[in-house]
Amino acid sequence: MLQFPGSCDERDAVLACKRAGEARLVWHRGTDLTGLDAIVVPGGFSYGDYLRVGAIARFSPAMGAVAQFAAEGGPVLGICNGFQVLCEAGLLPGALLPNTGLRFVCRQVELEVASTASSFTRGLATGERLSIPVKHMSGRYFAPPEQLDALEADDQVVLRYAPGDEPNGSLRRIAGVRNKAGNVVGLMPHPEHAVDPLTGSTDGLRLFEAASGSLAAA
Amino acid sequence: MKVRVLIRPKPGILDPQGKAIERALPALGFEGIEEVRVGRLVELEADGADLEALCERLLANTLIEDFEIVRFADRTDPA
Repeated sequence: MLQFPGSCDERDAVLACKRAGEARLVWHRGTDLTGLDAIVVPGGFSYGDYLRVGAIARFSPAMGAVAQFAAEGGPVLGICNGFQVLCEAGLLPGALLPNTGLRFVCRQVELEVASTASSFTRGLATGERLSIPVKHMSGRYFAPPEQLDALEADDQVVLRYAPGDEPNGSLRRIAGVRNKAGNVVGLMPHPEHAVDPLTGSTDGLRLFEAASGSLAAA
Repeated sequence: MKVRVLIRPKPGILDPQGKAIERALPALGFEGIEEVRVGRLVELEADGADLEALCERLLANTLIEDFEIVRFADRTDPA
């Protein structure tokens, strides 16, 4: 679990990971990722979201190590601000723009699984619904139309907001995408906040379990 | 050298901030204003730096933004 100055969801995400395996925090100045089987880039407001969301965090020393880890096939999950950082770093396609409604959106959303060919959705079913919260100001997924067509043709859209439940004006209802290999996934919703019946849903846990399961199988 | 970098959303990308400003104008009595777009202005002083690379790598995300570099001959502000 990476931690930047301004991260705020890393502790919840560590707790979520611990329900599917073991986890520890890695401060963003660190570049030694040995012994880690998967990396999570957590949500929050890294570097105050100055300039553009995720723009400065991508230059953290740890991000070079994460890029190498991803290039070697290691599973990497970016959640919310972590998704924005992975897009800025070029590890995932597209960009996240301010919500169409210009408001911070914080609520439970219904998601549809669009691709199961990723380290974090393996074992789920295409079309399956997940109930997971969002909380963000800049979650409007954008890529040029021809790139969106290519993403869809390559099955790189991992999650979509259910019709009628779009919170931010994302193009083609995209809530999460993956890289071509499927080991790097980013999503705006927060699966780490949906791992206990106390908070209404345990659907988020399934993404962490999918990663843990695919590691065990490998 | 004083430098101004103007960064703006690419044409065709929805700019809700610009739209919100546009919608507020008639109530203030400003008529006939359209296509309001909100960008960002970065001022800096630089000598010999590769400003194009700086813009492409950090100041702008060229997937969603265009940038324009305005150079001033001395460090005084002509405006």
